[in-house]
Amino acid sequence: MDLAAIFSIEVVGAIATLVLMSIGLAVVFGMMKIINLAHGEFMMLGGYVAILATNRFGVPIWLSMLVLAPLVTGLFGVLVERLLVRHLYGRMIDTMLATWGLSLALVGIATMVFGNTTVGISSPLPGFAIGRFQGSGYTLFVIAVAVAVLAGLWLLFRFTDLGLCARASMQNAAMAAALGANPGRIYTLTFGFGAALSGLGGAVLAPVSGVIPTIGASYIAKAFITVIGGGSAVITGNLAASGLFGAVSQAVTFATTPVFGEVALLVAAVLLIRLLPQGITGRFFKKSI
Amino acid sequence: MTHASSLRSWGLAAAGALCVAGVLLAPQVTDTFALLALTVYLVMAMLALSLAFVWGFGGILCFGQAAFFGLGAYAYAIGAINFGPGVAALLLSVAVPAVFAALLGYFMFYGRISDVYLGVITLAVTLILFNLANSTSGSEYRIGEALLGGFNGIPSIPTLTLPGHDSPLEPEGLFRLVGLLLIAAYVGLRLLLRTRFGQVVVAVRENERRAELLGYDARLHKLLAFALGGAIAGLAGCLYANWGAFVNPGVFSLAQSAQIIIWVIVGGRGTLIGPMIGCVGIQWMVTALGGQQTVDTGLVLGVVLAAFVMLIPRGIAPTVMGWFAPRARPVATGQERVR
Amino acid sequence: MTSSRRQFLGTAASTAFASALSLRGLDAFAAEDKIKVVGIYDLSGGLDIYGKPVVDALRFAAEEINQKGGLLGRQIDFIHYDAQSNMQLYAQFAQQAALKNKPAVVMAGITSASREVVRPVLDRYKTLYFYNNQYEGGVCDGNYFAAGVTPAQTVQKLVPHAIRKWGKKVYIVAADYNYGQIVSSWVKKYAAEAGGQTLAVEFFPLDVTNFGATISKIQAAKPDFVWSALVGGAHMSFYRQWKAANMAGKLPIASTTFAGGNEHIVLSPEECNGILICQNYLQELPGAANQDFVARFHKRYGADYPYITELAMGAYQGFMLWAEGVRRAQSIDRVKVIAALESGVVIDAPSGKVGIDPVTHHCTLDVHIAEVRDRKLNLVESFPQQPPADTAAVCDLRKNPNDAKQYTIKF
Repeated sequence: MDLAAIFSIEVVGAIATLVLMSIGLAVVFGMMKIINLAHGEFMMLGGYVAILATNRFGVPIWLSMLVLAPLVTGLFGVLVERLLVRHLYGRMIDTMLATWGLSLALVGIATMVFGNTTVGISSPLPGFAIGRFQGSGYTLFVIAVAVAVLAGLWLLFRFTDLGLCARASMQNAAMAAALGANPGRIYTLTFGFGAALSGLGGAVLAPVSGVIPTIGASYIAKAFITVIGGGSAVITGNLAASGLFGAVSQAVTFATTPVFGEVALLVAAVLLIRLLPQGITGRFFKKSI
Repeated sequence: MTHASSLRSWGLAAAGALCVAGVLLAPQVTDTFALLALTVYLVMAMLALSLAFVWGFGGILCFGQAAFFGLGAYAYAIGAINFGPGVAALLLSVAVPAVFAALLGYFMFYGRISDVYLGVITLAVTLILFNLANSTSGSEYRIGEALLGGFNGIPSIPTLTLPGHDSPLEPEGLFRLVGLLLIAAYVGLRLLLRTRFGQVVVAVRENERRAELLGYDARLHKLLAFALGGAIAGLAGCLYANWGAFVNPGVFSLAQSAQIIIWVIVGGRGTLIGPMIGCVGIQWMVTALGGQQTVDTGLVLGVVLAAFVMLIPRGIAPTVMGWFAPRARPVATGQERVR
Repeated sequence: MTSSRRQFLGTAASTAFASALSLRGLDAFAAEDKIKVVGIYDLSGGLDIYGKPVVDALRFAAEEINQKGGLLGRQIDFIHYDAQSNMQLYAQFAQQAALKNKPAVVMAGITSASREVVRPVLDRYKTLYFYNNQYEGGVCDGNYFAAGVTPAQTVQKLVPHAIRKWGKKVYIVAADYNYGQIVSSWVKKYAAEAGGQTLAVEFFPLDVTNFGATISKIQAAKPDFVWSALVGGAHMSFYRQWKAANMAGKLPIASTTFAGGNEHIVLSPEECNGILICQNYLQELPGAANQDFVARFHKRYGADYPYITELAMGAYQGFMLWAEGVRRAQSIDRVKVIAALESGVVIDAPSGKVGIDPVTHHCTLDVHIAEVRDRKLNLVESFPQQPPADTAAVCDLRKNPNDAKQYTIKF
């Protein structure tokens, strides 16, 4: 019974981790229909900012994880959008490739700057006990952050002017522009916001996964697959896809090994896209955000 | 055949003959190290050629061409260890990826998957193979006599012994074999693109619906093109296993897939020769960068890729050819000049 | 109109250009009186946490010898290649070293995968090869010398110690490649010999970072201690998640791979205090020789150098052993140096005495058990001069000097 409880928390934790890994990419894909393959490196950047702020500059860990990391990464995202992505609007494949180049370059820079040994940060939360089993308190925190992010996004899209303009641009960019929204500004803000979410994800996951220059590679494949599997609705799609893949992956991991958990996730993705080529929200929950 | 196209045929034949002569004579004039380096560059050029065909002419964005490369390499290794390093192992290394590509193609194209969704599935497939190959390091994972080896892969793969010879290929012989096979693959693809089948493949890439309305089965053509690309990639894998005498799960990795796409982009999507040149150039650059410590290789590769996408979007070959041959008259849509 | 002739010329030109550039053997015309030593290690990619200290140590060794007047009166030229955690590059650089640089010795490879790619190439082109870090043992090759520890030297000492200290039931988590597989077998064997019991063994590929399920499974199994053969940057997450689940300090851990990649520096003290390790070298070893070495190393690389790892010391020792062999042979000729090394070379290294065993080409060295505490490794117990018993069980180069393969040690 206790093991089942711990297991359930682990599954929800896995789903929350997937959500945090992919929400940044989902926002950008949902809005601009482009795939930013440097997303993994934005997460890495967020992780490094959190670690450096906490260890070198003594900033309290919550501040550096939840405020500083997204802020810095968001600004960097705005910069990338202005310099790189802006010139490739409408060209999905080309944006993917250009951002892929950016990701290789960022890994190279991180290796050169941070090198091979960077002190990490350890989980700031104590564990908890269910019966005789210990669970990680940090997993609960990750779940809480994922819920907060999704809720915040929903509120943003639903109840603010900016969210309204964003949704309008997602539906029909030309029409939204004709009605007075400034698409260029919206795209820049969206990309920056997506980057900030990626940075937040990387920072929040840093105490459990650590941060090394090549960590982006372990995030990008799963994030990419989750976003495409989710379809074009940002929140619902992401939640649905993360739920499905996270649950499948963690359940198989429990039953066998983490490798087969990974394989199960990938197989689930292949089957999903085969059956629902436009992603989950291409077929179900079509009108949702 | 028009005058122009028969001229092209003769030009192709002449160029082919010259290349063959070059490949046969090269070992006399170069030293062993250069020969070995050239061999692996040419092997990778064959891999680039396979994606150039599948993506540039078939219009299939395959993020997982490394899967077929890896399957070919592993198939050769397992075949060579079990049946001996002869023609049977080589044929196995072509057949296994081709069949796998055909099955995957059936799964994808007959489900009407296209564009980025295709990319996702092919990426997922190569990652599945990577994960599976990585987890086979116990001694219970074996196919016949061949231990799969997990992360370490299979070392000491016996080199090919051609029929009629009784000792395995030396570096010179391997270089000649690789060179000749590469030329054969290139010429073969060029000729194929001139046949009806090849023209339809290109037509499907241009506009799938129009091709179907004209009565051609787009899905079948894409599947065959995909399987052919897989076969060529598998052959490249077999030759790679011969060159290095090892194979490991890295052949399935995301990094390997990324490399192939970078070669095609830099070399020029839409041509066959461009990606081969791009591949050799980038391979050479990566090797040269490994000998210095100032700049990280990934940084240079990334900057090169981003710069090409932004500034030279068509790639090297089409841009260079554009300098030499300004279009005298507009080309009618649907007609594709095979390069 | 473009013709295929132009394309052919283009292809030929670029290929010729590429090959000409790689043919340019500038080194062939370089100063003839320098002795070349080539190092091939990973300075980028996932394994760079191991590679960088090793290359630093080799460079330090070369500079030390050069400052004292060189080897046989000649200066050493240390050339190194970054294989970027990529096997194809390992093969290419091994070929380049053997055929272009033609060095007196090649020191290469961190993982067994890279070693088995490089070794056949160097055998074929007759270049001496030193492999300097800990591995699973069993390579029997006349052209090859191993300066690192093998399981019979470290695991054999740590397992009974851990069982005596903590209890009989052990749960093994290991990296999923042949090194992890073989070390796990050794742990099972030595645990059984010490009256203990292995509850389970779990393997994780090198890029796995998700250990949540495993930690729950370990708790369900209720072992007395955990044996970790985890390797690499990604596997460090195990220790982080272990502490996050409040297991750190509740269930002890023993490992012979921990600290090789500076894990004790990167992780926080709460995440790894109390872990027992067994290695050939600790930066904290007492004794004048080691203190002096550390002081000189820090002078060269800065006092804030993270840590001199066991792999770095293995590389330094390997270099010094080779140099001693060259001095004995009074030549850098491969056959003469091998003969000299086989005559029983022993050096005084910062880790203690290190001697080459002529029968196996592996080393007899000291091993030390230490406890991780506040980013330092505190010495607990030392075992001097452990012979490479596991490789000796399968390898006799006196009888078969032309042997050149890796044996799996069966027990």
